[in-house]
Amino acid sequence: MKHLISVQDLSRNDTLHILDTARELDRVTNGGSKLLPTLRGRTVVNLFYEDSTRTRLSFERAAKRLSADVVTFSAKGSSVSKGESLKDTALTLKAMGADMIVVRHPSPGAAHRLAHAGWLESSVINAGDGKHEHPTQALADALTIRAHLRPDAVDFDGLTIGIVGDVLHSRVARSNIFLLSSLGAKVVVVSPPTLLPVKIENWPCTVSYSLDATLPELDAIMMLRVQQERMNGTFFPSELEYSRAFGLNRARAASLPDHAIVLHPGPMNRGVEITAEVADGIRSVITDQVANGLKVRMAAMYLLIGGEVNVA
Amino acid sequence: MTEPHNTAPGYPRIASRIVADPDDISRALRRLSHQVVENVKDVSNLVILGIPTRGVPLAQRLAKNIEEIEGFTVPVGSLDVTLFRDDLRLRPSKALEQTLIPSVGIDDKVVILVDDVLFSGRTIRAALDALNEYGRPAVVQLAVLVDRGHRELPIRADYVGKNLPTSLSENVSVHLSEIDSVDQVIIQPKEQSIEGTA
Repeated sequence: MKHLISVQDLSRNDTLHILDTARELDRVTNGGSKLLPTLRGRTVVNLFYEDSTRTRLSFERAAKRLSADVVTFSAKGSSVSKGESLKDTALTLKAMGADMIVVRHPSPGAAHRLAHAGWLESSVINAGDGKHEHPTQALADALTIRAHLRPDAVDFDGLTIGIVGDVLHSRVARSNIFLLSSLGAKVVVVSPPTLLPVKIENWPCTVSYSLDATLPELDAIMMLRVQQERMNGTFFPSELEYSRAFGLNRARAASLPDHAIVLHPGPMNRGVEITAEVADGIRSVITDQVANGLKVRMAAMYLLIGGEVNVA
Repeated sequence: MTEPHNTAPGYPRIASRIVADPDDISRALRRLSHQVVENVKDVSNLVILGIPTRGVPLAQRLAKNIEEIEGFTVPVGSLDVTLFRDDLRLRPSKALEQTLIPSVGIDDKVVILVDDVLFSGRTIRAALDALNEYGRPAVVQLAVLVDRGHRELPIRADYVGKNLPTSLSENVSVHLSEIDSVDQVIIQPKEQSIEGTA
């Protein structure tokens, strides 16, 4: 494995290998508090063409925990705002000698292009490419679900996981649907029809239009952010109406099974898709997701550039 | 002293041979345990850490022997050194093994590292770095089942089960019943290398 572009490139064993590595890294670093010499002398470039706080910080911190040199490059205030193309930026990074590039870009496929166009030899991690994928977030979510619901089992057979909200614009949803189902979970997507992608029937999930009807059968529920910045059409009449039909509030959380956990990839719109009460409640594992994000990113970095880097 | 066999084309290949059987291994471990007890004196301050994979069952056997001798249960753990190795870049990234530091910690303890084969010494160097992350032991000692020579670093073992002079064209494999269903030490030509080789 040289790049991490899409969860669909991962076999079930690849995924388990990353999750196991993340768990051991957590043990070795005592929860990420210790510094490891593993990537000393390697350079990781964070190439962010889109705003991001948590993902960028998480990748930065993961690289620093492994003693890599980290260079952060955000499109604002760089030559990109002067019109530099992705290719020219890539050639610049190649000349500077980057071992790994973590890229976030508004266009689906940007990470794949960077990895496979032959512009550079670096490993590439996709940190979100438009509506396409965000594999490390899905891995963090899988690690969180595993820690809470399947601590001793290898896979997710018998788990039903609900993904609620704007599946159409969500790369997190797409990565999670493919990753969680590949681990054996049954994935139910709950959304208004306007926020479902075309051909969702070909995805490894079932679809429901009623949150209330779905809640009692869920072991884990993942609330998606209503992405105001991508809402350039009329997908639902008003935020209030969306919130009434698809928001997770205390009453709805009460109809989940007792062991069920609540996830949100962040950032949250409190009061829209999730109430503050539920977000901060006992079922919420949202802060675990952030901590696990750090672990899986460290694991991915170690597995991709920790050893001999094969020219593929 | 074993003569290094010639692996050049045209020479018959010497097959792998067993150099220690289950009795040899258990006798060696018993001797090591007594040496540790004699040397350390106060076993209540002892922590034994096995280096995965096969150092871990060896550490457990050592602790069990010491318990039989002294009637004290020595804390046993495991220390995966992969992330601290200096030769990581020479091979593809390896799966991580379990690290488990006993709850008593290692500060001011007598820590005995246990590995199956002592060869270049690089694993032990990495282990010393890894130990730094968990505390400051009073003393660190090293116990190995087999010392096969060819050190690349100024490192030596405090307790050696068996000194085994070898050629660089050979591999030494330790098999333990907990992992490989049989106790034995094998020397074989490098081409046949299998898991468990140091």
